[in-house]
Amino acid sequence: MRYSIFNLVRQALSGHRAWGPAWRDAAPKSAYDVVIIGGGGHGLATAHYLAKIHGISNVAVLEKGWIGSGNAGRNTTIIRSNYLLAGNNPFYEWSMKLWEGLEQDLNYNAMVSQRGVLNLYHSDAQRDTYARRGNAMRMHGVDAELLDAEAVRRMLPFLDFNGARFPIHGGLLQRRGGTARHDAVVWGYARAASDRGVDIIQNCEVTGFIREAGTIVGVETTRGSIRAGKIGMAVAGSTSRVAELAGLKLPIESHVLQAFVSEAIKPFIPGVVTFGAGHFYISQSDKGGLVFGGDLDGYNSYAQRGNLPTVEDVCEGAMALMPAIGRVRVLRSWGGVMDMSMDGSPIIDRTVIAGLYLNAGWCYGGFKATPASGWCFAHLLARDEPHAVARAYRLDRFATGHLLDERGVGAQPNLH
Amino acid sequence: MRIQCPFCGERDLSEFAYLGDADFRRPDPDAADAEARFFNAVYVRDNPAGPHDELWYHASGCRSWLRVTRNTRTHEILAVNFPTPSGGS
Repeated sequence: MRYSIFNLVRQALSGHRAWGPAWRDAAPKSAYDVVIIGGGGHGLATAHYLAKIHGISNVAVLEKGWIGSGNAGRNTTIIRSNYLLAGNNPFYEWSMKLWEGLEQDLNYNAMVSQRGVLNLYHSDAQRDTYARRGNAMRMHGVDAELLDAEAVRRMLPFLDFNGARFPIHGGLLQRRGGTARHDAVVWGYARAASDRGVDIIQNCEVTGFIREAGTIVGVETTRGSIRAGKIGMAVAGSTSRVAELAGLKLPIESHVLQAFVSEAIKPFIPGVVTFGAGHFYISQSDKGGLVFGGDLDGYNSYAQRGNLPTVEDVCEGAMALMPAIGRVRVLRSWGGVMDMSMDGSPIIDRTVIAGLYLNAGWCYGGFKATPASGWCFAHLLARDEPHAVARAYRLDRFATGHLLDERGVGAQPNLH
Repeated sequence: MRIQCPFCGERDLSEFAYLGDADFRRPDPDAADAEARFFNAVYVRDNPAGPHDELWYHASGCRSWLRVTRNTRTHEILAVNFPTPSGGS
């Protein structure tokens, strides 16, 4: 059923009792053209674009739990395309363009809100690096504005501008950045893909791969074996575990990243603000809660929960940046398992095993990439060649030295 | 998470710094396949879900390196040993 004002009125007249489920909870068939492992945002987006752009709708999305129960439901919902490197920027900008048309494409309210993303700088040297990044963005056709301290003060008068250690000198603003509703993104893609014939199969864990003559031709699951022409992995923090089933070792470590939400307060923070002198980012949800996060805990983890020293560190970042929120109470905190690649950039590529394709290494930047990740992974699965904006995301770049070190860090994810 | 340091007793996580896989060995640069070995050593990880042997540094304590076996699913510390069998470093 198409969502529209007319359908809303019609359903209202019948007491809202006739709404159907948004998507089909399918049972697995014995074979598909493409099987996607992982029913998160990236997997569902891949299925949607496979069906819509490439006409391949004999597709299954296999999800171990329920869709959107991993990092798609655990992020801080920020969307932006303020990247420096030529290998990254066009990809994230394509993602931003897809965000801008997402609700019309999916006929689903994903609450995309372009309320601006502001990265603050606190020294002359940092202003220079932000100016460089802003210039790189503008050369790629992306909006970027370098603000001085007065302009930031007009936007966010409640920040601590004159702190002795980290005075705010200004910020790099991307006005088209903002936030989106993470659950709605998952459900919107699921509904759109399901409408085009994609089977979304929940509670279906992949337990092994079926091989014939060196090629992977299917998966063993907790709901039986399923054969497939091609298999795509989009399992984020579980990438190494699923890859191990195929005998692959990858340049990925799984780390826990915590996020937090406060009690709801009146409208206070107009956009997304990041602290340049530590690692802290914050926005305010439409419900009023302050949504914020900071660094990884810094050790390998699959636990989906973190420890208190990082909680303290994040809250210290908040107090250094905006002491006004010091008495707001934290309502919830949680952790997600990040697939940290060894240079901080993602991988969308074939593997060395015929039939198996990899979408991984999103570190903690996966949410904003959801549409373009799905778009480019669908392109790779359908045509067996990388999409133009994802050419740099090769799996072999670590062996050949073509790293994408956006943040200038090396092969230690705990430096990110 | 608290780690039982053999010198200092049980101490809070915030006193320690993490390095990662305890079995990292610098490959022989003169080996014929040195390039492939360095790629594996620097970039490729086992990344297990379960017991993981890893190096922690007691930075705010005795400044010893420790070989810790920790369950990455539960954060349970299973064993704390010296990085080398002799206890030296």
